[in-house]
Order: sequence, then C-alpha cells, then structure tokens
Amino acid sequence: MTKVAVTLNVNGEESEVLIRPADTLLDVLRENLGLTGSKPGCLNGDCGACTVIVGKKPMKSCLMLAIEAVDQNVTTIEGLTDATVQRAFVEHFAFQCGYCTPGFIMNVHSLKENHPEADGETIKSWMDSNICRCTGYEEIEAAVKSVLYGGQEHHKR
Amino acid sequence: MENIGDSVIRKEALEKVTGKAKYTHDERTKGMFYAKKVISPYAHAKMTAKDTSEARKVKGVRAVITGENLPLIGEEVRDRPPIATDKVRYHGEVVALVVADTPEVAKRAANLIHVSYQPLPTVQSPSHAIEANAPLVHENVAEYEKDEGIEPIPKSNISNHTKIRKGDIEKGWRESEVTVDESFSFSPSDHTAMETRSAKAEIKANGSVVIDTSSQAPFMVKKLMNDYFGIEVGKVIVNTPLVGGGYGGKASVQQEILAYIASKAVGGRQVEVFYSREEDMITAPCHIGLDAKVKLGATKEGTLKVAEIVYLFDGGAYSDKAIHLSRAGAVDCTGPYKIDHVKCDSYSVYTNHPYPAPYRGFSHSEVLFAFERTMDILAKKLHIDPLQLREKNAILPGHTTPTQVRLNRSTIGHVPKCIEKVKKLINWDEGELVEVNDRIVRAKGVSCLWKTSTIPTDSTSGAILTFNEDGTVNLMSGVVEIGTATKTVLAQMVADRLRIDVRDVHVRMKVDTQTTPEHWKTVASRGTFMAGRAALAAADDALTQLKKIASTILRARVDDLDVGNGRVFLREEPSVGLEFKDIAYGYTYPNGNAIGGQIIGRGNYILRHLTELDPETGKGNPGPEWSVGAQAIEVEFDRRDYTYKMLRAASVIDVGKVLNEKSARGQVTGAMSMGLAFGGRETFVFDEQARVLNPRLRTYRPIHYGEHPEYIVEFVETPHIDAPYGARGAGEQGLLGMPAALGNALSTAVGVPLRQLPLTPELIWRTKEGIGE
Ligand code: FES
Ligand code: FES
Repeated sequence: MTKVAVTLNVNGEESEVLIRPADTLLDVLRENLGLTGSKPGCLNGDCGACTVIVGKKPMKSCLMLAIEAVDQNVTTIEGLTDATVQRAFVEHFAFQCGYCTPGFIMNVHSLKENHPEADGETIKSWMDSNICRCTGYEEIEAAVKSVLYGGQEHHKR
Repeated sequence: MENIGDSVIRKEALEKVTGKAKYTHDERTKGMFYAKKVISPYAHAKMTAKDTSEARKVKGVRAVITGENLPLIGEEVRDRPPIATDKVRYHGEVVALVVADTPEVAKRAANLIHVSYQPLPTVQSPSHAIEANAPLVHENVAEYEKDEGIEPIPKSNISNHTKIRKGDIEKGWRESEVTVDESFSFSPSDHTAMETRSAKAEIKANGSVVIDTSSQAPFMVKKLMNDYFGIEVGKVIVNTPLVGGGYGGKASVQQEILAYIASKAVGGRQVEVFYSREEDMITAPCHIGLDAKVKLGATKEGTLKVAEIVYLFDGGAYSDKAIHLSRAGAVDCTGPYKIDHVKCDSYSVYTNHPYPAPYRGFSHSEVLFAFERTMDILAKKLHIDPLQLREKNAILPGHTTPTQVRLNRSTIGHVPKCIEKVKKLINWDEGELVEVNDRIVRAKGVSCLWKTSTIPTDSTSGAILTFNEDGTVNLMSGVVEIGTATKTVLAQMVADRLRIDVRDVHVRMKVDTQTTPEHWKTVASRGTFMAGRAALAAADDALTQLKKIASTILRARVDDLDVGNGRVFLREEPSVGLEFKDIAYGYTYPNGNAIGGQIIGRGNYILRHLTELDPETGKGNPGPEWSVGAQAIEVEFDRRDYTYKMLRAASVIDVGKVLNEKSARGQVTGAMSMGLAFGGRETFVFDEQARVLNPRLRTYRPIHYGEHPEYIVEFVETPHIDAPYGARGAGEQGLLGMPAALGNALSTAVGVPLRQLPLTPELIWRTKEGIGE
C-alpha cells in the first residue's frame, strides 16, 4: 500500500511522518513517533488504554486514523509533565501494573479541562470508557476526586 | 526515614504516570519481523488440509509455519503440539504462523491460509467428559511422555487423579446427624490483564536464544526451552521488563515458544509474536472451570465430622498447569475448618475448552465457592447462624489439614479473629436479610478462606546487592514487577536491615535470567517471603563485609561495631566510625594504599521440609504456611427484575505483618474486585460446538469505574515466624472468598440456593423460576 507523508502536531511539536492511510493514530504514535505511553489494550475501543487528547477531547487513538489527526493538536501522556493528575495518581496509589494508567490519566486530565466541577455522575460516565484490572477503582476514584472541584473531598472542605 | 509498614511510594511510580514505563511490546528493533497466528474457528476438528500457497506468494512474507516436526510440549504431560497439525482441540488453537516484514503483511498473508476442517463432536464440560460415551479429546492419553506420579487413565478424558484420604470416612458418616450433598459448577473464564501477551525471540550466532517476554515466569521459560528443545540453559536468556498485569495467567509458557519457532524459521532473526485481545482471551491459557460435589456431615450441634468431595477441574484441551491446579484444589479441598475425616477426589479432565493457566489464588477461590456455599446450606439445615458455624469449626494450631499437616501458631493464621472482625465490619448482627420495601431486600453473605502455596519443594529465590561509590545500594531480584510493588517492599526490607533510607536502595525492575538471580516464578504470593528472605540474607552478607573492612581500618573487633545512618561505627563511641561511601568501593589510606573492593552482598532462600504428596492418601507437606481470612458482602437485590447492587464488601486478612500499608490495601481491594467479577459477571459463553462467543471486552465485561462496592479492609497480624517480619501472602487472599460470599448473600436474598457462577440476573432468574437454558 502506498504511504503518504503527513504532518502531525503531537505534544506541541510538528513531525512529518510517512504513513499508510489505514494506520490508526495509536499505531503512528507508537511506531513512527516512538511514543509508546499510549497502550494497545484491545484495539477495539473497549478498554481506554490508548486514550489521548485530540483538540480538547479525549479520544481512543485505536479508533481514529492518524490521517484524521492532521491539523489537530494531539496530546499524549508524554506531553504531560508534573500535571496535577499525575501527582494525584502517585499520591493516591491509583495504579499497580500501570498499563491502564496513561489512558486513565489522559481521560481525567481532559475531564478536568472540560468540566473542572464535574459531579459524581459526570465523572462516572467519563471514566466508564477505561478499564483497570489491577485496582478495585477505590484509589483511582480518590485520585480523580482530588483533582476535580466537584469531587466529594472538596465539597467536604 | 520511611520504614517497614509505611506506605512507601512504589519505585517505578514516576515511570508509570509519565508513559515512560516500558513493557515488552513497547520495545522494538529495526529489522525485526512480525508473526501472525492463524487460529482455529472450531473447538474440535480434524484438519484435512492446510493450503498456504497463496500466503507464501505475498511480498514481504518470510516464512509460513504449519507445525510439522515440532516436539510435543506441556508442563507435566507432553500432550500439546505448539502448532496443531492433525486436529484442533479448542477454539482459538494456533494452526499456523506467518512471519513477515510488517504486522500488516503478516496479517494479510494469514488471511490467505486455507485450512480444511472436519468438525468432531465436542466435550462441553468436565462432567460430560467423564461420561462413558464422551468423545475423546486425546485418543492415546496414556502414551504421552509425563512426569513421575502423573497417571492419566487410558482411553478416557482424565489426565490425573489426586486422592486425599484423612481419617475414617465411614466413622465420620456414622458420627454425623445432619448431612448435606450439594453440586456446583462454573465454566472457564479469563484473567484479562490489560497488557496482552507478547514475546520476541532471536537466535544468536553462538546458538544463544534471547527471548523478551511479558511473563510472570522468565526462569520457567529458560527451563522449559531446555526441556522442550534441548537448548543449554546457559544459552537461554530471558528478559522481562515491567508486566502489565498477570494474575497467574502469565505464569504459563506459550508465546515464548511460538516466538522461538518463528525465529528459527527465519534463520534466527528477531521475531515478535503479539497477541490481539481475542487471542489473549482464547488462544492463551485461561482461568479454569470446575464441576464440584461436596458432601458434609455434622452433629446436631454443628460440629463438622466429615467431608466427602469430588472436584472435576476443567483442564481444557491440554494439561499444562491443569494437573497442578487440580492437585492444589485437593490440598486445601475444604475451607479452613477442623474436619477429622476427609475424602477428596480431584480430577483434571480434558474438554474442548481453552486450557487453563494459574489464576490468582491457584484453585482456592474455585474450591472455596463450592465448599463455602455448602457450609451455608448446612448452617440453614442446622438452624445455626452461618458465621457461628464457621467459628465453631475454625481450624486452629494443633489441628491437621486435609494433607495431615499438624499446624502450629506460625503455620496458620488466626481464623476466629478474622471471623470476629468481619462480623462487626459488616454489621452481621443486624441480620442476614433486611426487607427494604416490597421490591428491594438487602442481604449479607460471608465466606472464610485459607491458602497455602503448593509450589515445587525445591523452588529457590536469590538476591544480589551491589554498592555504589556514594554508599547507596542496587538491588537485583528475580521477582517480576507485575503490579504488586514487591520490589519496592524488598527495597524497604533491605533499607531497614542496612539502616539506610529506602531512597538509597535502587531497584532493578527488569529481570534478565542471565544476570538476575533466580526467583522461581512471580506467583503464589511468595515474592515477599522467599525473595524477602534472600534480600535480607544479602543485606546481612553486605553488613558482614562492611564491618570486616571497617574493623581493619578502625582497628576494632567486628563484634564491637554497629551500623546506622549509612555508617559503621564503634558501639561504645559512635562518633568513631566510617561512612559506607568510604568503604563500599574499598578504602584508600592517606598514603594511597588501598584495601577491599566493591561490596557485593548475596543471599538466597529455599523452602524447608516440603514434601510430595502420598499418591494414595495425599499425606504430605505442600507449602510453608496457611494464610487465612474472612470476607463478607452486602447486596441490594431487586426481587422484581433480579438485578442487584453490591453495596459493601469487607475483608479481614491475616497477613502476618503489614509491610506497606497502602500497597497491601490496594492488593486486597484489587483482588476483591477481581473475585466479585469472577463471581458476579465473568465467564466464557460457549455455543453448542464449544466455541467462545464473547472473546472481547465489550461482551466479556470486567468491572468498570463506579460499579464497585464500598471496600472495607482490615488486617490481623499473626506472624509467620519463617517469613521476613512475619509477613504472610496478601496478593491473592482478597479474591478467595468473594465468589462464595456473593453466592451466599444472593442465595439468602432470593431464597433459593444458587449453585453456578457467574451470578448474573439471568442465572438468578432461571434458578428461582426453575427455567433451564
Ligand atoms: S486499545 Fe483503544 S480502547 Fe482499547
Ligand atoms: S493498574 Fe493494572 S490495569 Fe490498572
């Protein structure tokens, strides 16, 4: 299959990549750009391990073609440094094996940007797209709530 | 200074929140080839032809492998072709491999391979498998090469039989006034680690085989490559970086074999075998199913007298770990109770299902579901409170286990204490069943648990500590970091023993079987125990060396020296001493003369006094200790539509000693979540031809955020004297009683005994209304 050259804007940097039109964004991030923080968990939109932020919204990068990301700003886990969400995940022990973690963090980060005051129901509907098999979600819940002003822990204060 | 018991943040935390953590599939090299599997769409079929001609024509295809001339493999019985040649025995079995330049080309070519199948009648369950006219999964089971002590029954589907004979069964029944006889069953399911399996293999010019794999058992891979293919052990080098969840599933060896075969077919070039989610669920080994029969006898007052049990484990298409799993189920065939007369027959049985790997708890949650459900049914018949019945019969030091090990205060945790605590935590005295309105009821269920680890009697673990110039330490252990934070806990132990800050212990996360000391397998909650003992021994070894060199320089006896704060000093006059950094790399006198050298501490550990089981009675010492616990759950059940909500789940686990508070809690709640998923919702759904209908995460749906109950976790600390700080295993226990507790709660809520898993609303409705499938 013929490859095409496109320019992607990932984590604030422009890179020219040679891709097949059928390549998913996840493949291109991992194979062409070496950004392996986004994980393949199912390649079917079911697990959220591949979540990145496109524009302002979280996106499962296994469900999007790389070519669709041209002219959009893509943020991957590698694009976050010392974000509140990352710190919260560490402090709350919100991961074990860590394989689901980049996806969760990107999703929560985007939730915080879009709905800083999200209530429990909104949080739940956003988080439903990701699976963590190691934890019982208790620590993830604590981490998420600690970074959102609508989270219970802040209400209590 | 943070220490033992504190919630020290895991060493690899920053890697994991920044996306920098590397797992097997994240590392690629230029020029690597990719393999794609062709898998069987049938569960049982003869293959009459494999046409690979079209596939071979595709540009970029380097090899097409159809499996001829490969040895039969398998851990206790060599019954499995790595790639099926004459017939397939489960849906998802590998029938061919294509190796190509890119994954896309490999996939395209794989789709062009045409296999002709002649479907055969399938074996649908272990109970079906032992029927007289059941189809045979393996025609000549007795002819396979096998380990000593394994006795397949010729011309049957039974690959092994473990017998437990304790006391006098007849006497037990004579002494019993009340008896129950119950049957239970559930189908295989899956571990569903978020990281699917993958492996890369390469054969070097000198014949060394280098394998990178997402595995809980890199040292087992090394051993098996030698067993199966005769490669010198020193020439098998297995690398395992961080692993994205295992839960036992990655303790089986499969992907490594395929990668090796693929590499061999292309002249030793590096080839990657990556599992799609579907392949990870059905091609790779799964979580075992079980058909169980439990008969119990007790006096009118509720003293247990006898247990007579039959376990038919769903060994799937190939034995591999199934035999060991069925043996472990026999070892702890009852719950943690004093029962003088026990008879158990545990069978590993072939079916046309995916074959099993270990699963967190190694047969214990499975067996406990059957046993602890029976305990509840017995309690109802006796009109005794189910918790009280458990308390009355709780196993104690001085009692014997089903394999006739006499327990002492160290080898068994405190069951009554766990029961007492869980009773309070779940507010048991409120009553098992509370009517909320005419539609909703709240119900509670309990289960006790216990577990020992039936690992090989000669399993070893080693640790190496090397010092850096600045007096800090590097820790090398063969434990794989699968998410349990074991390596962080090991660092806590080393820091404690060397009396330095845990930040000054650097941990090597990656395991490399050539340079990392062996740790048998990262399973069975044995990491902190065995690797911990080895790490402490290594720390002691290093201390001896540090004191020795200091004694020369300080001109003092070794036994007059002490350590603390990174220094060796005179006990009597602590201001006279040397910093680790001045002696860890040798010591240089003012005139330039030097003595000593880099301090390298080494330690190892092997379990003491374990024995094989007697083939006729099962008598023997299978494991180092029994950890125990009690669990409970409260559900809200809707009598109109049969749905339920899990409100609160409580675990009281006797962990001996809490080594890292938050990690320990996380291990327990994570395990509880997994147990509730196994009990409440997860199963492979098979069609009438034994094909798996739901091998993806949309139709096989693990628990998601917001679907979990409130977790209540408390610990009891009864030290296991042999273990570092007295700690017992904690990674599996939280799972063990959950399916049974859920079954007990829902049976109470519905008012009919539930005997199958998973406990879906549909199953509850069918059971209650007496509607078959
Ligand atoms: S890999 Fe994209 S959702 Fe699972
Ligand atoms: S931490 Fe392992 S899957 Fe979430």
